[in-house]
Amino acid sequence: MGALSLGWFALCLGVAVAVDRGNFKTCEQSAFCKRQRAMKAGQSPYRALLDTLELSDSRVTLQLINDNNKVHLLLELYRLQGNMTRVKINELKPLKPRFEVPDVLIADPPTEPLSVVSRDENGVVLSLGDEARRLIVSAQPFRLDIVEGPQVLLSLNSRGLLAFEHLRPRKDTSTFGKLFSLNSLPMSAHQAPDGGSEDDNQPGLWEETFKSHTDSKPNGPTSISLDFSLPGVEHVYGIPEHADNLKLKSTDGGDPYRLYNLDVFQYELYNPMALYGAVPVLLSHNAQRTMGIFWFNAAETWVDISSNTTVFGKMLDYVQGASETPQTDIRWISESGIIDVFIMLGPKPADVFTQYASLTGTQSFPPLSALAYHQCRWNYNDQEDVRAVNQGFDEHDIPCDFIWLDIEHTDGKRYFTWDPSKFPKPLEMLQDLTDKRRKMVAIVDPHIKVDSGYKIHSELRSKNLYVKNKDGADYEGWCWPGNAGYPDFIRPDTRAWWASMFAYDQYEGSTENLYTWNDMNEPSVFNGPEVTMHKDAVHGAWEHRDLHNLYGFYVQMATAEGLIQRSEGKERPFVLTRAFFAGSQRYGAVWTGDNAAEWDHLKISIPMCLNLNLVGISFCGADVGGFFKSPSTELLVRWYQAGAYQPFFRAHAHMDTPRREPWLFGPENTALIREAILQRYALLPYWYQLFYHAYLTGQPIMRPLWVEYPGDASTFAMDDQYLLGRDLLVHPVTEEGARGITAYLPGQGEVWYDVHTFQKHNGAQNLYIPVTISSIPVFQHGGSIIPKKLRIRRSSSCMENDPYTFIVALSPQRTAEGELYIDDGHTFSYRTEKKFIHRRLTFANNTLTSRNLALDSQFSTPSWIERVVILGAQKPNKVTLRMADGAESSLDFEFDTAMSVLTLRKPGMNVGADWSILLQ
Amino acid sequence: MQHNVNWLQALLVLSLSVTLGWTVEVQRPRGVPLTKRQFYDEAKPFTCLDGSRTIPFDRVNDDYCDCKDGSDEPGTAACPNGSFHCTNAGYRPTFIPSSRINDGICDCCDGTDEYNSGASCQNTCKELGRKEREALQKLAEITKEGFLLKQQLIEEAKKGQQEKQSRLSELQDSRKGHEDKVEALRTVKETAEQPEKEAKERHLKAWEEHKAALRLEKEKAKMAEVFLELDDNADGFVDVSELQTHQELDPDGDGTLTDTEAQGLLGGAHKVDSTEFMNMWSNMKEKYVSEVCPPTPSSDLDKDPDSVYPEDDLDEDAAGEDDEDDDDDDDRDDDDDKVISPLQVLEKLSVCERERWCLLCNAALLPFSFRALEKEISFDFGPSSEFAYLYSQCYELTTNEYIYRLCPFNRVSQKPKYGGSETSLGSWGSWSGPEDNKYSVMKYEHGMGCWQGPNRSTTVKLTCGKETAVVSTSEPSRCEYLMEFTTPAVCLEPPNIDTQVHDEF
Repeated sequence: MGALSLGWFALCLGVAVAVDRGNFKTCEQSAFCKRQRAMKAGQSPYRALLDTLELSDSRVTLQLINDNNKVHLLLELYRLQGNMTRVKINELKPLKPRFEVPDVLIADPPTEPLSVVSRDENGVVLSLGDEARRLIVSAQPFRLDIVEGPQVLLSLNSRGLLAFEHLRPRKDTSTFGKLFSLNSLPMSAHQAPDGGSEDDNQPGLWEETFKSHTDSKPNGPTSISLDFSLPGVEHVYGIPEHADNLKLKSTDGGDPYRLYNLDVFQYELYNPMALYGAVPVLLSHNAQRTMGIFWFNAAETWVDISSNTTVFGKMLDYVQGASETPQTDIRWISESGIIDVFIMLGPKPADVFTQYASLTGTQSFPPLSALAYHQCRWNYNDQEDVRAVNQGFDEHDIPCDFIWLDIEHTDGKRYFTWDPSKFPKPLEMLQDLTDKRRKMVAIVDPHIKVDSGYKIHSELRSKNLYVKNKDGADYEGWCWPGNAGYPDFIRPDTRAWWASMFAYDQYEGSTENLYTWNDMNEPSVFNGPEVTMHKDAVHGAWEHRDLHNLYGFYVQMATAEGLIQRSEGKERPFVLTRAFFAGSQRYGAVWTGDNAAEWDHLKISIPMCLNLNLVGISFCGADVGGFFKSPSTELLVRWYQAGAYQPFFRAHAHMDTPRREPWLFGPENTALIREAILQRYALLPYWYQLFYHAYLTGQPIMRPLWVEYPGDASTFAMDDQYLLGRDLLVHPVTEEGARGITAYLPGQGEVWYDVHTFQKHNGAQNLYIPVTISSIPVFQHGGSIIPKKLRIRRSSSCMENDPYTFIVALSPQRTAEGELYIDDGHTFSYRTEKKFIHRRLTFANNTLTSRNLALDSQFSTPSWIERVVILGAQKPNKVTLRMADGAESSLDFEFDTAMSVLTLRKPGMNVGADWSILLQ
Repeated sequence: MQHNVNWLQALLVLSLSVTLGWTVEVQRPRGVPLTKRQFYDEAKPFTCLDGSRTIPFDRVNDDYCDCKDGSDEPGTAACPNGSFHCTNAGYRPTFIPSSRINDGICDCCDGTDEYNSGASCQNTCKELGRKEREALQKLAEITKEGFLLKQQLIEEAKKGQQEKQSRLSELQDSRKGHEDKVEALRTVKETAEQPEKEAKERHLKAWEEHKAALRLEKEKAKMAEVFLELDDNADGFVDVSELQTHQELDPDGDGTLTDTEAQGLLGGAHKVDSTEFMNMWSNMKEKYVSEVCPPTPSSDLDKDPDSVYPEDDLDEDAAGEDDEDDDDDDDRDDDDDKVISPLQVLEKLSVCERERWCLLCNAALLPFSFRALEKEISFDFGPSSEFAYLYSQCYELTTNEYIYRLCPFNRVSQKPKYGGSETSLGSWGSWSGPEDNKYSVMKYEHGMGCWQGPNRSTTVKLTCGKETAVVSTSEPSRCEYLMEFTTPAVCLEPPNIDTQVHDEF
């Protein structure tokens, strides 16, 4: 390969070693953000017209008026099932409809009746249920407060930063302005909706230029903004994707956090710049309550956060106390659309996850193999290379489930095709992988090469499914293939067509063990503004500006649908995406994009995935080893050890870096990397159960400690360690040359067991643990039972019928419980035919019991129980296994007195059976 | 209770083993090789092979791991570090990790590893054995023929080497004579200088001016001469392709004067007329080697300002070079750094000057060949110089996109098949095979740099073959190339030929 293939990369993205900030806008450079942010807190021009209040079963509506420009807005208030409130604000009579985000909510959220508790000329008090939870509408200035008893939970427009730029005809004499009769101007709009003086000559209202790109703004200013105050809150999280800490920082004096899906070349850490994905969900937490704010808008969005103290209670008579409390103020600013906010009132972390899942759905339940190890590289050069890598894993006895192909596998970056000289026989290659019970992922990006000889392009063009530019022609931009078109995934017919392209007879050389990776779906446009699509590009009735952050969501949705359809609805899809939005969890996995082989990047992968997990996207991972640059062997080993305990576990590397398959760093490092991967495989039954749980309940898989220890303030900002599910605490080593780490073990009166040594430690302490290069500290919670498979084979499929080992870690009360989930590992039959095993394992009163949690399910597995390891046990005299039919047998056991570990030898019963084991 | 493990109790299996043509039935636990059979006596408790503990024999192959070394479960997947023995009658017996037992994938060609997975394994041992024997036979033939060729190569190399050695010693002999001559010249010079010294200093300034004027005039004349010389098609312009006939002008020293480089020398223009050329001349005069030597009588030397006091310049330059290139010329007389070898003296001169010097000295002494000879002799062409025949040869392989060119002991390059400039994939570095087989791998380093990456480099793997050819190229890692090269020179002596064994390393 010559340097040519990188030409575009170099040309479009520069050769800087870190992000070129100049390519991306600051708030100051984004006209609406600058305009909105220039507004200062103070008296809001908005007034609620209480006499317009209408109450129906499902909602309350009333009008707001901006006293400066007399524009009327319509406020809708909903009380939603599950302790949520929805607040919508739109223009009462917009010139044309404003964009409302489709397809993200899984259903119309079910409502519960609101009732008026009291009203007077100053406001209305609405009841949000029995627990003295009230929604208070204040008339002038307009303000909303949600209170519970004497406590204000959250206030809207309390700082008066509500601003709604109404649609207006252009008043100048440009061609566009002439489209409207000047006589039809509604009202005399001399004041801006934000209360400032309206000046249509103000730059950036009807046109905006950034670098060489001009954004025509046919609709003029359309931005919206609203502020939220959270009294008593000092910790807020969420709004991924940013390369920053778990706890969001104050944006005072800097730029707001930006949500605008962008392909950021060599991103920098610890700043609020936008990255590949956007989930406009923010969580607040204090020791008493966890809440969430879901700002339901897909346009470019900026989020300001400031920490303040406030004297609360003066405004409302019955709000007690006037002491100073900490407060966090949030302000959301979006470029277009409407104000549509879901307020999730918790009160516990788990409640917020449930509430959010009820809106946007839960994590898709992936095929089991997707939870195993993935080997990727840009690029495996050809079939021979793939064969050699596949064989390399066998030669070094390292398990691997997936080998990945990046863009070079295609015929000239034409997705759905294969390079005829490097990959002439994809079916043969896929069969080779099948022979080893392994699978493959090939990349399919949404930019489509403009080439009349390319089927995908010519169909898109003839069916007229491409995104259009502002002049109505097919939008074209530069990306990997050169000139490319972008399918309009917002259209259902485009998505249906795209999905059909994954059919085996359409996607030549594909088989059922070929899965898909959607990259560059922000979308990335090398020669576009900020390396993405022009905002004035057109999707039917809407501008790209309205829905930019949804594009990647739809690409993954359509791709996942394609994988489902190709199997006639039988097989679970697996699709990795780089761009995402709220709800993307329903379609597969997400990774943190093009990181770098640096220790800080390893470190940041933890908070990045934690914040994604908090907002529903559990299936998260970072490129193991780092994408750009070449890791030291120590960093590589540490990254494998960390990655083995993150949900999506894939090694990936840039094409300019030296090869780094696990066996290329000498026998010692090979052994270390192998051991990390083996630990992952051993825990696959636990991972699988966690994913099933996430799918079922919406609870995150990777959890900040405060999620399980909400009252423990020392955990609130912690992001160098985390919980997997409830029961494993992981503290990756992210410092070069580390000799030891200090882990915080939470839980007063609780115990934790080192999974490597079975050493028991007390909770509620900072514990210094010496570390060697051989592993990272991981602890199992006393009181938990974790299922494992200790026979590690070539791939997870090879381990399907292998026996289980249960690790029973006793609490100080000598109890423990856990769950086990088993199904066929790849089809929807768990859902369609209830073919699964879901059991609860309980240890109490010296008896370990397995009980069926899903009586109407049925699934049989040859897997049996080969070993039960009880940590923190006493030596029994006798151990008896009792089956459901009453049959009893005595079990052999070993007892390690030093570590108090009891190992039951080969109980042998089928894992799907009812049984109990009694220690006497 | 143990519903699913009955099959696992099938402790003993019948194995077929082909030994010395006899078919013997040997009873032993599944997965145990014959050599370890004695440790598995069902009449006795079993002691783990690492001696760590002893267990009842019914725990051998009971699908539960009792021994740390995995030796109690040779036939099941229960132990993480166990291994399973495939008898593979008809082919090679082998061990596989126990994790491959009953994993649904046939690993042993006799299929014995999949006794309970549902995988239906064909016994492919005979077929594999046959193929292997065929392959071995073929390989043996290649090796045999290749080894014969190698012997010839060694013979030729010996002869060649002798010739070169004698040539070199001839040269060395006359070198002594040259040193004497240079010494004589020096003496003459010094003697001449002594009385002239004062006068010389007096006239130094005037002399310098005069010299500069002369030099300029000469420069112009030479430039015009060169222009005509270069303008092959006599169109009044010197263009890129015409310039490219003078590879010695290559600015980066990679041996190739590319279009871009040539254009650079012409100040970015594609062609230049004589006036423009004058401006460019300074870029190339240092390196330019004339196509013809103007017949210059030796008496003209005095008029040449550059040659009036050649000793002065030579002295400095030669000493400078001596410092820089200390390790380049191993054969050089290093006893005294101040001593200038005639070789160095000559190398500093242009071809034409050199010829004059040679006239003056000894026309038979061509320093280029001297140097080249020295260099060639200095290469490590293998223990018996069997690789010597590759020297100054090049071998090409054409792929879909590129033509790859390997010039052993020199360089590797890549050129797009359909036009475009050549890219250096590395210059000769070293033999870099493993310690016990050093001459199996060649390394070429410091090729053209990669964008944001390392300099290109190439590893050449040598395998035995009758032909000398590049058989494949690949780029396993970006800018790190791998070439497979066949040559008889690495063919090992076939074991069945009863000749004296040469210890090659």
